[in-house]
Amino acid sequence: MDQYILEIRDLHVYFRVYEGISRVLDGVSLDVREGEQVGLAGETGCGKTVTMKAVMGALKIPPAIIPKGEVILDGQNVLKMSAEQLHQLKGTKVSMIFQDPMNALNPVFTVGTQLFDVIRFSNRHNSNQGKLSKKELLNRAITVLDEVRLPDPKRILTSYSLELSGGMRQRVLIAMALVNGPRFLIADEPQTALDVTIGAQILDLLSGLVKTMGISVLLITHNLGVIRETTERVNIMYAGQMVEAASTALLFENPKHPYSQGLLASVPRLTGGDIAEGIRGTVPDYTRAPSGCRFHPRCDHAMPICSQKKPPLTMLKPGHYVRCWLYAKEGEVE
Amino acid sequence: MNGPILIVEGLVKHFPLRAGLFHKQTGEVKAVEEVSFDITADEIFGLVGESGSGKSTVGKTLLRIYKPTKGIIQFKGMDVTKLTRETLHSLRKQAQIVFQDPKSSLNPRRSIRSTLEESLIVHKIGKNGRDRQKIVADLLGMVELSPNYMYKYPSMLSGGQRQRVAIARALALKPSFIVLDEPTSALDVSVQAKVIRLLQRLQVERQMAYLFISHDLSLVRTIASRTAVMYLGRIQELAATADLFTNPLHPYTKTLISAVPVVSAEERQMKPKNQSHEGEIPSSINPPSGCAFHPRCRLAEQVCAQELPDLMEVIPGHFVRCHIAIDALSANTREIHLVDSIQQKASNKITRR
Repeated sequence: MDQYILEIRDLHVYFRVYEGISRVLDGVSLDVREGEQVGLAGETGCGKTVTMKAVMGALKIPPAIIPKGEVILDGQNVLKMSAEQLHQLKGTKVSMIFQDPMNALNPVFTVGTQLFDVIRFSNRHNSNQGKLSKKELLNRAITVLDEVRLPDPKRILTSYSLELSGGMRQRVLIAMALVNGPRFLIADEPQTALDVTIGAQILDLLSGLVKTMGISVLLITHNLGVIRETTERVNIMYAGQMVEAASTALLFENPKHPYSQGLLASVPRLTGGDIAEGIRGTVPDYTRAPSGCRFHPRCDHAMPICSQKKPPLTMLKPGHYVRCWLYAKEGEVE
Repeated sequence: MNGPILIVEGLVKHFPLRAGLFHKQTGEVKAVEEVSFDITADEIFGLVGESGSGKSTVGKTLLRIYKPTKGIIQFKGMDVTKLTRETLHSLRKQAQIVFQDPKSSLNPRRSIRSTLEESLIVHKIGKNGRDRQKIVADLLGMVELSPNYMYKYPSMLSGGQRQRVAIARALALKPSFIVLDEPTSALDVSVQAKVIRLLQRLQVERQMAYLFISHDLSLVRTIASRTAVMYLGRIQELAATADLFTNPLHPYTKTLISAVPVVSAEERQMKPKNQSHEGEIPSSINPPSGCAFHPRCRLAEQVCAQELPDLMEVIPGHFVRCHIAIDALSANTREIHLVDSIQQKASNKITRR
């Protein structure tokens, strides 16, 4: 039986705002198996970042409210953890790579200072080791920089982030993420801020490392091409609801949810040809989120029931799930 | 077939680097080096490259937002490089630009009406306020926004709506040429699709030419009829878009195409195989000698580091700047058009008229 490293079950996250309650996540479920690379795709404002913050235990409560749901990371519920337990988790098992390598590094400290910090943090939470000597610290730093194939690691350690190119900065961040020997990695748009050839380098590096080290990955991005080329399974999210989940090849060949279909048809192709008209309307305001299926105001196939009740998760075939009334009869799961 | 609306020949733009107390010039950023191309009156010309390739600088120099260091820019018979403050007016009326980020290109303190009205007032279009109001409403209609939007402010609009306003502003003076500088890179893909469709429709309806600058190759493939690939200030390859993508000749173009993440099997099949994506774009203050791409090129030979290759027309309409590609082709094809460079073609066109 497959082991799950991450299971998100029916997660609801609301925020208390001036206008009332902003219902951002409305029952998000997602899982990542050991050693698997899973994609989470969706457009700006669909709740990708909130989901990721919930997984990392980084949501501030309040203003966030979590009325329902659980996030099980390696057998433990992240939402019920104390600050100390969360630190333990981040020091030993879980890491994250951010979108913008410019903002993720502090410009007034050298790369070395920041990398040493991470190594010390990780070491503190690995109870079986004592305090690191300066030499050990340096050796560990050089080893991880070598792993991400940064030339001349000693020079990198004494540089400031401004002296490095975007690609090098992203490599430094990947090195930091690898320090604790993670079992699970969240990559939040790791290539978005980079040029296409540099982005390809970073993705190649990441998938190579992930395979050799056996790390499970949740890749969050709005770039469907990146999802297609690097993940095994994919979850499509719209306005805080999970609309479709399937193996990547299956979903890209045969998207079922009207939103997935609209999204894929909007992607310009290297082979040319016109792109579709896009999807009419805009992402809703979460304080007045549409009832039922949140996509119904923009959907060409909307039926009366779509605005009344949230559609159940339907299994079309093993491993292909969709949340849409069009398919509700075929095989309900919930 | 229409004649060229814009002819660019040997365009050079260097930015001085200054330092110290007296701002002594210490070096130059060689942003654009000897760029030549032409755009016909009804085409969408794509310009692709990575950051630092000089593609945006080309767009801005064409409209005299920057003053060119050297070279010829002929727009509808006007010599753009020689325009003065007063005569620039007539260029502005016919050539416009849409920037990448509509958040920063629209003034947040101005209503949409005031933003769209400004160029009308400057160019004395419309007799009075009511007249102009009607023109503004028409402009909004053209970009598929309701006239009510004229009373709103940029902060009340979504990214896609803001970009529509920026397009409406560019259309206000009925230009025949628009530089689109990454017009959709700040937008989500479903919104991008709508804006691209709008731009395509407007181009046909109003018979305009576009210079479409982008780093997104798939997007350029969709929209442009001809495409030029820039690297470190120079055009490396220029061809009809379909030819460029199905038969890329320059190693850099191949690398670039192979690095694009794609969604379908057909696209994956057309990507050049076994390309390396190693290396980074060098500094344009001290560009490499010879062919600028040689330090990253797997095929590089000695000559590549020593001599700058010319941009040669190796197949009719397909220009490439690469020693290796040119040699390989001349071995295979008996006759190559050894037209020196596209410059010559462009100057022929001038003399013909």
